[in-house]
Amino acid sequence: MGRTLFDKLWQEHLVADLGNGTGLLLIDRVLLHERTGGVALNSLAESGHGIVAPAQVFATMDHVVDTFPGRDDRTTMPTGTAFIQATRNAALAAGITLFDLGDLRQGIVHVISPEQALVLPGATLVCPDSHTCSQGALGALAWGIGSTEAEHALATATLRVKRPKTMRITVEGVLREGVTPKDMALHILQRLGSSGAKGHMIEYTGAAVAALDVEERLTLCNMATEMSAFSAIIAADDTVFAYLKGRPYAPEDALWDDAVKYWRTLRSDDDAQFDAEYSFDADQVRPMVTWGVSPQQATALGARVPAFEEVAGRDSREAYDRALAYMDLSAGDGLDLPIDAAFIGSCTNSRLSDLRRAAAILNGRKVAPGVKAIVVPGSSSVKRQAEAEGLDRIFIEAGFEWREAGCSMCFFAGGESFGPRQRVITSTNRNFESRQGPETRSHLASPETVAASAIAGHIVDPSMLGC
Amino acid sequence: MEKFASLTAVALPLMRENIDTDAIIPSREMKSVSKRGLAEGLFAGWRYTEVGGRELNPTFVLNDAAFEGAKILLGGGNFGCGSSREHAAWALAEYGFRAIIAPSFNPIFRGNCVRNGIVPVEMPADEVRHIAEEVASDPQRCRVTVDLVGCVVTSPQGNQYSFVIEEEARHMLREGLDAIGLTLARAPEIDAFRVRDKALRPWIYAQGDKQ
Repeated sequence: MGRTLFDKLWQEHLVADLGNGTGLLLIDRVLLHERTGGVALNSLAESGHGIVAPAQVFATMDHVVDTFPGRDDRTTMPTGTAFIQATRNAALAAGITLFDLGDLRQGIVHVISPEQALVLPGATLVCPDSHTCSQGALGALAWGIGSTEAEHALATATLRVKRPKTMRITVEGVLREGVTPKDMALHILQRLGSSGAKGHMIEYTGAAVAALDVEERLTLCNMATEMSAFSAIIAADDTVFAYLKGRPYAPEDALWDDAVKYWRTLRSDDDAQFDAEYSFDADQVRPMVTWGVSPQQATALGARVPAFEEVAGRDSREAYDRALAYMDLSAGDGLDLPIDAAFIGSCTNSRLSDLRRAAAILNGRKVAPGVKAIVVPGSSSVKRQAEAEGLDRIFIEAGFEWREAGCSMCFFAGGESFGPRQRVITSTNRNFESRQGPETRSHLASPETVAASAIAGHIVDPSMLGC
Repeated sequence: MEKFASLTAVALPLMRENIDTDAIIPSREMKSVSKRGLAEGLFAGWRYTEVGGRELNPTFVLNDAAFEGAKILLGGGNFGCGSSREHAAWALAEYGFRAIIAPSFNPIFRGNCVRNGIVPVEMPADEVRHIAEEVASDPQRCRVTVDLVGCVVTSPQGNQYSFVIEEEARHMLREGLDAIGLTLARAPEIDAFRVRDKALRPWIYAQGDKQ
């Protein structure tokens, strides 16, 4: 019987079978950020363990650093400076590579890793961050872990992993004009639910997936954790090879040729069996927006807040009522809601192509009066490139704040917040209660929808603006 | 890590679905670069009347004297979703929780529990609800037992529910093992594997910033 891509990667990294479905897997890359990295490095040092492969460990600053222009170690997040400096000191002491503030390579870990080619097809990569699944977009086996597991990976170059089941999600057809990978991710999430991929390793495949560029694939894979998946992966192809070639940490010359030859073998066999299979038609996907407090609580733009009966298969009555109360909505309400703020950023949608598409909508237009609008590039390198293309001018002239790279207001770390009961249209990944600030109401959507809504002053499909 | 065999304790119901790790410990409550000092921030957004404040919200179950001393948490589905922050498990453990019974767990959170001596017990939603109903009349007397030896939960009225947990996790919890120590015993095997792998996939190792 044929093997899945995951089966192959598991087998090739399996140092030892620990029995009962658990394997000791070789870990090729460990990535750290200042929110959880400093704790892990300090704890490891205290316990007296060394790092087996420091050259394969990278750290960056993204979670609690300020994104205001002219930033330094000081941050609006109380005690945030301690996290920044502890991580810096620990990284230096441990001899790992740090992309620090002021370094063009600094940025959101899941943005800089592909940019620098830290992630490679077929590699195992872990990071104490739930959105590590994003990096499966390049054909890597990449998943989020806790701090203690990060210590384990550093100290042993392995992890003890319970083998997940496999799930194939096939998306055939072609995305309609104006429909984005973010919409595809929300469409799938809305169907499968927030526990829908629990215990499974997802492989995305099909014509609509193959047609995505690497940045779009990163957006799609990013949301796998919101379905409780172990992770997600897309088999690497020429699109990925072309993206990686020549990047700072990519192999070169003969090594590159050898690598590509090997990477081409990393795909599921035609007769491979998956534990679960789902199929979607890209043509059915519409621009999406969330109405509740879980990413599964999503619907097409222009639709209305569903009645309980329409979502009863996924939400309990209590969860449904609670979501509507928090969001100040009722069944049947239109989703063309007035907004107080608009946010473009996060590991989901802050890459150069995201900024280009949002800027194309904003060009020559103005943010509606009273709407606070912020755009945060995913990395210092994205910021530099965007500025070289003049995108910063478009955002600023439209009325957006143009920030330094980081996770920023994707979540509230005690510093900046959108404020209680403020309604935010956001290109991020989580609309949980108080995620973007105490009592803030978040509606997830694509960067295009965020840009269009910022102009309109209410949630709107970009096509309604003639975009 | 403390070994876990069997525990009979007060069980506290918090059966909302999709309780995320930011609800378990808000990011703003992670104040020091440490695994300790987090219990006070546990469920801070619900537990206190104001953001950053410490005035207890009397309507939140954690502040209900009836559940004082609870060591078992009864949770809703997809418990621990969201951020991978292990601070959620550290805060729960420091507060005193040793087991969580819920219909499903986020995989990263679940792993963090196992590594911090908290038993994640997965049971169907209706069974968790039955247990919560039996606890409700008198939580201090109507205690719940989580038995990791037989993998059985016993409700206050003596109803028994078996559960499944993978052997690796059960073994670690039962023996209070440190996974790093366990794996380092295989260091020669790992080293040999890396040597072979380096010949097969040299590009994984031949790294150098060309900038």
